[in-house]
Amino acid sequence: MAGLYASRSVKTAVISKLYPTRSHTGAAQGGIGAALGNLEEDHPEWHTYDTVKGSDYLGDQDAIEFMCEEAPEAVLELEHMGLPFDRTPDGKISQRPFGGHTNNVTGKPVRRAAHAADRTGHMILQTLYQQCLKNKVTFFDEFQVLDFLSVNGKTAGVVAVELATGELHVFHAKAVIFATGGHGRIFEVTSNAYAYTGDGAAVLLRRGIPLEDMEFFQFHPTGIYKLGILITEGVRGEGGVLINGAGERFMPKYAPTVKDLASRDIISRAIYTEIREGRGVNGKNYVYLDARPESVNRYAALDGRTNPDGSAYTVTAEELLHKLPDIVDFNRVYLGIDPMTQMMPIQPTAHYTMGGIPTNKYGEVVVDDRNTVYPGLYGAGECACVSVHGANRLGTNSLLDLIVFGKHSGLKAAEYAGQAAFEPLPADAESNARAQLDELRGGTGKENAFDIATEMKKVMFDDVGIYRSSKGMQSAIEKIGELRERFRHVKVMDTGRIFNTELLNAWELGSMLDIADVIARCALNRTESRGGHSREDFSKRDDQNWLKHTLAVLNGGRVDISYKPVAITKYPPKERTY
Amino acid sequence: MQVTLRVFRYNPEKDKRGRYETYTLEAEETDRILDLLEKVKGYHDGTLSFRRSCAHGVCGSDAMRVNGRNYLACKVLVRDVGERITVEPLLGLRVIKDLIVDMEPFFDNYKKVLPYFINDTALPEDGKERRQSPEQRARFDDTTKCILCAACTTSCPSYWASDDYLGPAALVTAHRFIFDSRDAAASERLKIVGETSGVARCHTIYNCTMACPREIQITRAIGELKLATLTGKLE
Repeated sequence: MAGLYASRSVKTAVISKLYPTRSHTGAAQGGIGAALGNLEEDHPEWHTYDTVKGSDYLGDQDAIEFMCEEAPEAVLELEHMGLPFDRTPDGKISQRPFGGHTNNVTGKPVRRAAHAADRTGHMILQTLYQQCLKNKVTFFDEFQVLDFLSVNGKTAGVVAVELATGELHVFHAKAVIFATGGHGRIFEVTSNAYAYTGDGAAVLLRRGIPLEDMEFFQFHPTGIYKLGILITEGVRGEGGVLINGAGERFMPKYAPTVKDLASRDIISRAIYTEIREGRGVNGKNYVYLDARPESVNRYAALDGRTNPDGSAYTVTAEELLHKLPDIVDFNRVYLGIDPMTQMMPIQPTAHYTMGGIPTNKYGEVVVDDRNTVYPGLYGAGECACVSVHGANRLGTNSLLDLIVFGKHSGLKAAEYAGQAAFEPLPADAESNARAQLDELRGGTGKENAFDIATEMKKVMFDDVGIYRSSKGMQSAIEKIGELRERFRHVKVMDTGRIFNTELLNAWELGSMLDIADVIARCALNRTESRGGHSREDFSKRDDQNWLKHTLAVLNGGRVDISYKPVAITKYPPKERTY
Repeated sequence: MQVTLRVFRYNPEKDKRGRYETYTLEAEETDRILDLLEKVKGYHDGTLSFRRSCAHGVCGSDAMRVNGRNYLACKVLVRDVGERITVEPLLGLRVIKDLIVDMEPFFDNYKKVLPYFINDTALPEDGKERRQSPEQRARFDDTTKCILCAACTTSCPSYWASDDYLGPAALVTAHRFIFDSRDAAASERLKIVGETSGVARCHTIYNCTMACPREIQITRAIGELKLATLTGKLE
């Protein structure tokens, strides 16, 4: 989106470590949130309030308001680009309920998620790539960015390695937009792609740019047991419910009004609580998601759920299959079960990076507590922290985030590049990138990168995961330190230039270790519970001391933490119940 | 259980031609073939190269041949193929290294069918969506599922035998736009797929349909294109 918009007025290149159609946006399933009101009353103000509340009041309200106001136009713009949304009977874009999105008067779930079956992200990714081809955007496919170049505090470009040849390339640019995604691969059980290793954030961190609110990471309640593959919240939007090992629907205990459509942090914690109190299935670490039509209809009747015309809500297997084809497919392929006749075993899965590269609502990277803009540097999508998601993101707001802020970062970067001059490149611009790769080729070889990755993922999932405590996080920080030391002894065996994926993977592990260290330190530092950051030793939200963003900077190998205020406009913090 | 994994290897910087390496691994029957490749890369031979990203069948990076048939390595499990497993790169595209093939000719063909929405007429006056009935939307639903993995195109004997056949994936993309009631460039695209490098090269072998990890009815879609090129009608 950023590349598409920038390319409309200035010469633009998109550099991607994957073919662009492989990007993880394509894995997003359920929908994109916008108060179009196509099926029932809805307003951008309601969307704004829901997002503020969902963020546990850590989101910046000016940015949230901007995003939710822009949302209907952004979604219509996608439709105008040809995106094949599902349709209502009268031909409008169809919408479904999603967690945390409510009618602000009744408190009941509202149909706000515009969707294209359960592959909305796939359709967005394809449509945007197609429009980029139409607009003749230049792509550098399978180029991995290793370093960010700047001169006198201004952007000068990036250094990337071309995977097909192993050559380093310097891209001299007036403006650079990072849209590099998240880092869920630092956790053992994750819905994220292999490519989600936090490279973009790590590259900037090493160049002195701060990272914001890194302690906030979202665990999605419904990943396929052990595999972590996402089962969209859309399943619950269509009426699916969570069932514990005793056969009980447990969400009404935790969220009496919206039940199985509470926000993700709350449901993930509820599942873990059920499991810890011995109500997992067969004593194991999972519960069931039940989307069998007879269950959906039974619980919908109990809840008094209705269609927009007031009639009782019911579904058939055929309708569910039509609305959730990929979910049925995942279950059949990976578990050998049919969700129309069997319940799905699920557990929370590491899903989304709320923190990241600090930006304002125009996508400009801001580097301190006064929001000073870094000239020529932009961020958009999951790698960025605007912050519209605060401590917990609502479902469907990630696609919205990348469309709205992708667009505005593209426009802003083009505006800047249109009037700025090229900064001269630093002497030997490739040297830092080359040194990083040389180090990986020259290790002693007494350590194995896969072992280090496996140990990192486990300690992060166990000790810096859904529930956190001082003791666990302290030991995680020690462990990550030990792993980083061991990482220096990794030796890449592949000495070739062409598609040296071993070298690339080792470099990505370095990014993940740096990011994991920052996350653990920021999490230990925040002595309260808020949104996705849930501490056993500080179980309450503490607005007195902690209604502020964390900024972490790498200072000679040490992580320095400072803070910046949260923008609060209309909604003073209050207790969060669903 | 123990599995034998025989993998095609080719290092362009050392080998004159491809060869096979065999690895014996401990595996679960629910392991993905991709999991086995990762294990080999991690603990047996770091130089083994293959593409992968999402690991659950939606990004299209890891199409390859497993026991002679095209799959996504992340969407085929040990229990689907048995204990003796041979993994090879896709056919019909140049092998660059091990399981990595040159995707450029594949994407070049994709770009030939105008793979983007075209409608330069005015938007609805209220600025809202172009209306489309659920039936009109359903008309091209199947072909919107394509992830450009190339499993179909590289399973097609006509594609192997021809230098210029667009191949099933490009035709699937053409179908997705031609049958979209909102799109205005159907006749232009029908002209492209109606040329000798287009639908005429499809001999209804069904390999593409069998190979598609998204279960798109590709042969049917190409059949609909054939009919449309003959009749000029879209129904």
